[in-house]
Parts: sequence; structure tokens; C-alpha cells
Amino acid sequence: MTVTNDAARTAEAAEATIPAASRAERFASYDVEAFEVPGGREENWRFTPMKRLRGLHDGSAAASGEVKVDADAAPEVRVENVARDDERLGEAGVPSDRIAAQAYSAFDSATLVTVPKDTVASAPSLIRLTGPGEGKTAYGHVQVRAEAFAQATVVLDHVGSGTYADNVEFVIGDGAQLTVLSVQDWADDAVHVSEQHLRLGRDARLKHVVVTLGGDLVRVSPTATFAGPGGDVEMLGVHFADAGQHQEHRLFVDHAVPHCKSNVLYKGALQGDGAHSVWIGDVLIRAAAEATETFELNRNLVLTEGARADSVPNLEIETGEITGAGHASATGRFDDEQLFYLQSRGIAEEQARRLVVRGFFHEILMKIDVPEVRERLEAAIEAELQAVGA
Amino acid sequence: MSSLEIKDLHAEVVTDEGNKQILKGVNLTIRSGETHAIMGPNGSGKSTLSYAIAGHPKYAVTSGEVLLDGENVLEMSVDERARAGVFLAMQYPVEVPGVSMSNFLRSAATAVRGEAPKLRHWVKEVKEEMGKLDISSEFAERSVNEGFSGGEKKRHEILQLALLKPKIAVLDETDSGLDVDALRVVSDAVNEYKANNEVGVMLITHYTRILKHIHPDFVHVFAGGRIVESGGKELADELEENGYVKYTDKAEPAKV
Ligand SMILES: Nc1ncnc2c1ncn2[C@@H]1O[C@H](COP(=O)(O)OP(=O)(O)O)[C@@H](O)[C@H]1O
Ligand SMILES: [Mg+2]
Repeated sequence: MTVTNDAARTAEAAEATIPAASRAERFASYDVEAFEVPGGREENWRFTPMKRLRGLHDGSAAASGEVKVDADAAPEVRVENVARDDERLGEAGVPSDRIAAQAYSAFDSATLVTVPKDTVASAPSLIRLTGPGEGKTAYGHVQVRAEAFAQATVVLDHVGSGTYADNVEFVIGDGAQLTVLSVQDWADDAVHVSEQHLRLGRDARLKHVVVTLGGDLVRVSPTATFAGPGGDVEMLGVHFADAGQHQEHRLFVDHAVPHCKSNVLYKGALQGDGAHSVWIGDVLIRAAAEATETFELNRNLVLTEGARADSVPNLEIETGEITGAGHASATGRFDDEQLFYLQSRGIAEEQARRLVVRGFFHEILMKIDVPEVRERLEAAIEAELQAVGA
Repeated sequence: MSSLEIKDLHAEVVTDEGNKQILKGVNLTIRSGETHAIMGPNGSGKSTLSYAIAGHPKYAVTSGEVLLDGENVLEMSVDERARAGVFLAMQYPVEVPGVSMSNFLRSAATAVRGEAPKLRHWVKEVKEEMGKLDISSEFAERSVNEGFSGGEKKRHEILQLALLKPKIAVLDETDSGLDVDALRVVSDAVNEYKANNEVGVMLITHYTRILKHIHPDFVHVFAGGRIVESGGKELADELEENGYVKYTDKAEPAKV
């Protein structure tokens, strides 16, 4: 067993504190009223600017619009609109905070994307979700189901304006392999709070990629659980916060069954006044989860003054019988030595900055083997880079 | 015909605890075709001199001048200096994760030459230069300097010299970290570049052994932030004999 803990943080990073309560005792419910209205001091809300949630957390944000769903799916993949009482919904997990429960209580109908049993999708499926529009609020629900031994790639592209809270479920059947990309490419005004439930069957594999670029406030909380042994989840994230943006990613990997793997790598860049990113990486290895292998890493690159990254990895281990576990987190300023080196070879400052930032994200791109997903991600990073050094 | 004139250069290193004066009046002129060895004990300010010429933000010039063919180098940005023809092979080349060597070299060549080299010629050119330096082709896809050994980093610095074709090359302890074979390979590449291009070389070194491969026209002893003695090859021989004891209070050998 190896346990590593390298939690180097610099002045830009906040003090990391160990959560008071173990993630094992975390409360979850489909019912919004079962949660108290958070005031902002609670462990899971303390980084979130509550005022900017526009009432999503206290019941005052009534639905006033809808998210438009456009699907361009592979021919083997079925996309349906189902009623909220469809019995398949809720299978991947239970809302664990009040906004997720609010979204679960308030959505009208859900988008269900199914990759049938034993089917290999011949192309990525693109689901585009367009926000309700400026000043409007919507609640939604999406479930992506990869049935046993299915293989597919699904992209959820979030664009447009407005306020949106949702639950996204990924139900990965036994032996299935799914790559998903959730892109938050919102307009500047958007507020998006999303709980993503990742449920892996026996020997299932999931590559879950989160890319957060736009929006005023985006809070994505992916929770991974295993329904049987042999599951392997890779959770990758890229976030790029500009002036005034709040981007929060709260990950929880709950290892409760033996012989599962999780690997988390999130990288964020920040630039501009008031750019704020929060990364929480909770990994719990319960007593039963023998032979678990887990590693999580978060790196942040602070490009300018006035931007702030909070990074809190937290590994709880309740069994000694694990294969390996580790976490690391680091936040650094832009490296002037790298910039100097590139410039000393004639490369102009702006281009040098872009090279360095592109290089910073390269490690994640390398892990994405689906060309379409990789290209989408590259394009998103390139678009952000246009603003670097400006 | 080019020249780099360093006139009464004073510079400080900028640190969190305040600035510290390092260079205390350096005077030196390097012309194309000349090789000047700068030899001095550790901590005498040799790297500071090279960084001040290249424009490293941590080193602030407080007075004096650096002119390249009469143009004020100190007013140029770091990248402008490189494009004007000044090259610094660093003592400690910097790692740039995620940026491939090939992308880096091509970006640099494009910047320095003013246009992107034609791909076909470029690939051939890089391959040829890498071959001369015994650099295996797999390095092209590796991140800049990342995980390179000390010797591999130094070879890549000289690879950049060959590709960027500067008028003035400052080689800061290129010999340190090289074994005997690597030293010969790297020296051969420098000598070949010198033979085929109009270049002035400032060869910074602590030890005399590289001077057996790259022959200096002038030898300068650097101590306490300035040149304290200048001469020809014989000065290096003397240093090899006696070390730096004459110039510092510590006995530091100049020979390995
Ligand atoms: N970045 C730095 N921070 C603090 N001190 C430095 C820095 N760079 C150089 N110095 C100091 O300046 C002096 C000269 O260093 P340097 O130019 O590297 O010498 P040399 O290359 O001759 O060994 C040394 O005393 C060194 O400690
Ligand atoms: Mg030095």
C-alpha cells in the first residue's frame, strides 16, 4: 500500500481544512424539503457565493423557462424524452445537496440517452442543452445509460443564458465502457448547478470529462459510486476562469466495493480580477473496498493577480487492504522562468504564454483518446487562450 | 560583421529580500569571429552577466550599456534581443511541460527567422542538426527539457544555437554536466557553427577543459562581478595551474 500526500499550496490558495464530518455520513435525499436551506457556512457551501445562486438553494427560484435539448446521436443510440416518473430515473444516485434535490423535485421531463446492450456506437452522440435565456430559470434531468457491454461516447454541451440546476446520471452497466464529456460553455450571465451521478457496474469503465469555461457561476458536483467490483472511473477536468467567474468542482468518489479503480485529474487556469475556482476532491475508501486503487490530482495555474484558486483534496481510508491511494494538489503562479526561456528563443511574450498554458493542459488532452472529444476540448482551450496575455 | 559591446555594466539580482548588487562594472567587446572565454569562480556573477544580456526579469541593470551593432539591447524585450541575434545557452535550461520540443523549435525558428521555415526543409534541417549532436529523434516529441539529463539539456541548447543562428552566442557553462564524449560532441557542434557562420562567442566556464576543444581568442578572469584580468590562452593555462586563488580569498581549482 502506498499513500502519498503532496499538498503544496502557495499564497493564492486558501487554507485547506479537513471537513468536520466524514463523507461516509453524507446526507442524500430526493426530497428538497429534507434539506435545510444552506446559509453559506456549511462545509459544502462555504466556497460558493450564495447570493449569486439566484435563489436556487432556498426555494425562491421558480421555474420560468426550459432548457432546449438538441440531440445528434449515433444511429445505435436512443434519445428519448421521458416523464419524471419513469422508473429508470434516479438509478445512478440520490441528490446530496439542496439544489440537486430542488432540481430533482422540479424537473418536468427528463432526457434519456440509451446505448443498448452489447452495442458499440459508431459515432459520438452530441446532446446540446441550451439555457432558458437571460433572467429565466430552469430545472432539468439527463440520464445516460450504457447497458451491459455497450460502448459509446456522449458529449453534453451546455450553452446559452439563464439559471439552471440539474441532475445528470450516468448509469454504466456491467462491462460497459462510456466516455462522456460535459462542457459548460455558458454565456457570461449563466448560473449552472449540476450534480452528476456516476454509477459503475461490474467491470464497467467510465471516462468522465468536465470542461468548464463560461458562466457567471458554475458548480458541478460529480459523485462516483460502484455497483460491483472491477469498476474503473477516470475523472478528468479542465476549467478556465476569467475575471469575475466562479467555477466550483466538487468530486466525491465513494469506494464501497472491492477491486475498483479511480483516477482523478483536474487542471484549472485562472486569469483576471475575481476569477475564482474551487476544487474539492473527496475520496472515501470504505472498509469493504479492499484492493482499491485511487489517485487524485488537482493543479491550478494562476495567470494574473486577483485570481484565486481553492483546492482541497481529502482522502479517507477505512481499510488497510488497498492497492494504492494518493492525492496531490498544487496551485502556482505563472512560471516566469518558462516564459523567459521561450522568449529568449525569440518567441513573443503572448505566444509564449499561450504555449505554456496549452502545455499545462496537455497532460489531460493526452488522456482523451476519442478524437472528437479531444478536438472539442482543444478548440475550447484555444478559444480561452485567445484571451491570455491580452 | 557584428559586435556586442558591454560598457561599465552594473546589475542587481532582484530577490524577495531586496536587491543585491552582483555586476560591478563589466567592460567587454565581442566581435564576429572572436571567442572570449569568461572564467571565474562560482558565485562571481558569470550567469548574472549572461542573464543581464538576455534580459532575464530577475536581474536589473542599474547602469551601463549593452549594444548590439550600436543598438541598445537593454531597451529590447527578451524576445526582441533573441530576434536581434543574441542567443544564450543557459547553465540551467528550463523545463516547459506539455510543450513538445518540435513545436518549441519550430515556433522559435519562425520567430527568429521572421517566417515559418518550409516544413520539408525544416524537418531535414532539424534531423541533421540533431544527428550531429547525437540526439535521438524521439526527443522531438518530448516536452521541452522535461526529464532530460543535464547532458541532454546542454545538447539541446547547442541544437538551438545551430537552428537559430545568432550573431552573438553566450554559452553559460555548457560544459558542466557533460561527460568526456558529450563534451567532444557538443564542442564539435559549436566549432562547426563558428566555422560556418559569422558569430561572436562568449564562452562562460568555470573549468579549463572545454578550452581544449573550443579555442578561445581571449581569456578573461571574472571575479567579484567584473573582469579582473584579460589575456590570451596563456591566462587559461595559468588558471589551470593555480586556480582562482589569486583572485579570491578561497582556493578554487579551475581544472578537473
Ligand atoms: N536568483 C537569485 N537569487 C538570489 N541570489 C542570486 C540569484 N542569482 C544569483 N544570485 C547570487 O548572485 C551571485 C552571482 O551568481 P551567478 O551569477 O549565478 O554566479 P556564477 O554564474 O558566476 O556562479 C551569487 O552570490 C548568487 O548567490
Ligand atoms: Mg553560473
